[in-house]
Amino acid sequence: MGLHETRYRGLLGWFDSRMPSVMNAFRDHMSEYYAPKNFNFWYFFGSLALVVLVIQLVSGAFLAMHYKPDAGAAFWSVEFIMREVSGGWFIRYMHSTGASFFFIVVYLHIFRGMLYGSYRKPRELVWLVGACIFLALMAESFFGYLLPWGQMSFWGAQVIINLFDSIPLIGPDLSTWIRGDFVIGDATLNRFFAMHTMMIPTILMGLMGAHIFALHDVGSNNPDGIEIKDHLGPDGKPLDGIPFHPYYTVHDLYGIAVFLIAFFAVVFFAPEMGGVFLEGNNFIPADPFQTPLHIAPLWYFTPYYSILRATTEGFLGWIALAVAGYGVLTYLSVRGMGLRIAVAAATAVLLALLVGPTHLDAKLWGVALMGGSTTVLFGLPWLDRSPARSMRYRPLWHRGVLALFVAAFFALGVLGMMPPNPLRTVISQVCAGVYFGFFALMPWWSRMGSFLPVPDRVRFAAH
Amino acid sequence: MRNSTMSSLVSAMRLPVRAGAAALLALALLLPGARAEEVALDHWPTERAQDPAALQRGARLFTTYCLNCHGARQMRWNRLRDIGIDEVQIKQQLIFGDQKVGDVMSVAMNAHDAKVWFGKAPPDLSVIIRARNTEEHRGTDYVYTLLRSFYRDRSSLTGWNNAVYPHIAMPNMLWQRQGPRTATITRVEWEEHAAADPKQPSVRELAKSVDVFDVDGYVQTTRSVLAEGSPGMQIAFTPVDPKAAASVDEDVADLVAFLNWMSEPGAATRYRIGIWVMGFLVIFLLVVRWLNKVYWRDIT
Repeated sequence: MGLHETRYRGLLGWFDSRMPSVMNAFRDHMSEYYAPKNFNFWYFFGSLALVVLVIQLVSGAFLAMHYKPDAGAAFWSVEFIMREVSGGWFIRYMHSTGASFFFIVVYLHIFRGMLYGSYRKPRELVWLVGACIFLALMAESFFGYLLPWGQMSFWGAQVIINLFDSIPLIGPDLSTWIRGDFVIGDATLNRFFAMHTMMIPTILMGLMGAHIFALHDVGSNNPDGIEIKDHLGPDGKPLDGIPFHPYYTVHDLYGIAVFLIAFFAVVFFAPEMGGVFLEGNNFIPADPFQTPLHIAPLWYFTPYYSILRATTEGFLGWIALAVAGYGVLTYLSVRGMGLRIAVAAATAVLLALLVGPTHLDAKLWGVALMGGSTTVLFGLPWLDRSPARSMRYRPLWHRGVLALFVAAFFALGVLGMMPPNPLRTVISQVCAGVYFGFFALMPWWSRMGSFLPVPDRVRFAAH
Repeated sequence: MRNSTMSSLVSAMRLPVRAGAAALLALALLLPGARAEEVALDHWPTERAQDPAALQRGARLFTTYCLNCHGARQMRWNRLRDIGIDEVQIKQQLIFGDQKVGDVMSVAMNAHDAKVWFGKAPPDLSVIIRARNTEEHRGTDYVYTLLRSFYRDRSSLTGWNNAVYPHIAMPNMLWQRQGPRTATITRVEWEEHAAADPKQPSVRELAKSVDVFDVDGYVQTTRSVLAEGSPGMQIAFTPVDPKAAASVDEDVADLVAFLNWMSEPGAATRYRIGIWVMGFLVIFLLVVRWLNKVYWRDIT
């Protein structure tokens, strides 16, 4: 008959014998995917990111039904949604709040990975795909932020697109190509709308799928940073693993309920979040002839924006000093003549570009460092040399180092929201040093100190 | 939340993290910024936000004094029913032209003409309060203070100037109701002069200047050098008719109440629905918490 063997009764059986791959996928990824039983608070944020993605896709689709990507109509079409469309304000506030919550959730999700070494072998691909998701998310948010066509939308995009100008040779042509015009205008708005609603969401969903597939192939890490697959029971299932469904589905539902309370509290009672989620300036229609006094990107970009602003002409000397020191350290650490020559050559080239007679412009270095501050995440699986994955079994001061990094990240974020002054610039420069130092020196500091013995089995207290 | 969750959360967020982050944030926030000089803003009486009498009076003032140059293109006349003005009142008392109650509050003056006449097209006021929200001040306080800070100034194009928004293109619309006022603007600022001997470094001194604008807008300036003090700006008005000026303060408070309402007419609905949503979510939380507990009972 060509039907597959029946595994289920009734309607599900009818369906399954014709298309077994659906229930196979359910088994592989839900009911027979074994996850460690000792997940804690930090493990909620993966499923929460998926929840926010769904909120954004659904609210975004409804917004697109009423929004007009036209420089003459965009601003007022958003205000039209807020007033004239039934429930439009609710859809719009969900989408604007969702953007900020996406980043909150993703930052906490990344922090979890750093806390428990979730990027270590064999999960490098999970991490790399995750880092790509983070970049795609930033692109998505950048394109989306132009759409309300307010002053901050316009001038924020202006600042970021002009950064491409600093790239030698191709810069000015590249930025014109991105804008589709010599200034930000209707052409820019239209293409950003297409990118925001078609291109990037598609990429984002594909990457999300790859992230989950890659994770389920190798299995989840856990707060103890040990492999549950090393201890299998007689049935071949990990002793410390439990089926994702129903245990983690109900567990995540609990997390989702807490999350929704926080999310809707903002949507209903503080959608502007004191000007952090929705800025006052963005209630003024975009005006190419009036530059706002103080242009700052939205809060989730401010740490990188601070790094960009911190890279002044006077800071290049300090960067050169750091590069020279780092070059010496690396030279002494690597083995083999060829590798040493390569390190010495790379250091020399960087120094020439930083402080040589025809050194590159500070703005270009700022752009490079800003790009580096997000792409450095890709290197984490190879930078971390700690014998133990989880912070739980690493020297206590390693947590201090991580804390210092988090503090620097926070401080850069806060400084990026404020107008600069000389003292703030110095603080951002110090914080940028901490930020990059954390990653650059990780191969050395991550294996220093005395490590605790890693237990055989996960620590778990029944509820 | 379960115990192991809490303890791991606590262990992850040990003291150095919190102390370090708090110290850095505090430090960053305490540092003075490079701010433009600004007068201290008065506080708009927030209790008027929900006061129907204030909102209705504000709507009348708005249609009489503002809605000639400024439009409110996202505001429909019949939405005023939300603040208790019925359609008959809207038609008879508020719409001066031939607009219908279903129309938006647009104005006849076009932006191009306005630019020629005033140098700047008057902004649409639909969301003006939200547009004036900044990290430093609320939009309501800003507009409340701005509309009460006009003074006569012969040197300006319209004969009016404003302490909150210097060289504002808009004249004082409420001048007849307010009556004449004199304005005393006191500025303390650092000034730098070249020294008598050009080889010497320039002299930096703290100067206090007091500009007194009389009721006709003629100014008298006195300048002195202070030994100590801090830079800043203060403004004081002396009305000829204090009673009229005080009643204009009331008018402006009501007008701002209306503008604030107009910036988000659905805000009250948002709060009302929000409370029900929170209630539902709390029940949902209790249910899933119980569900989670029941399922996890057999995991040891």
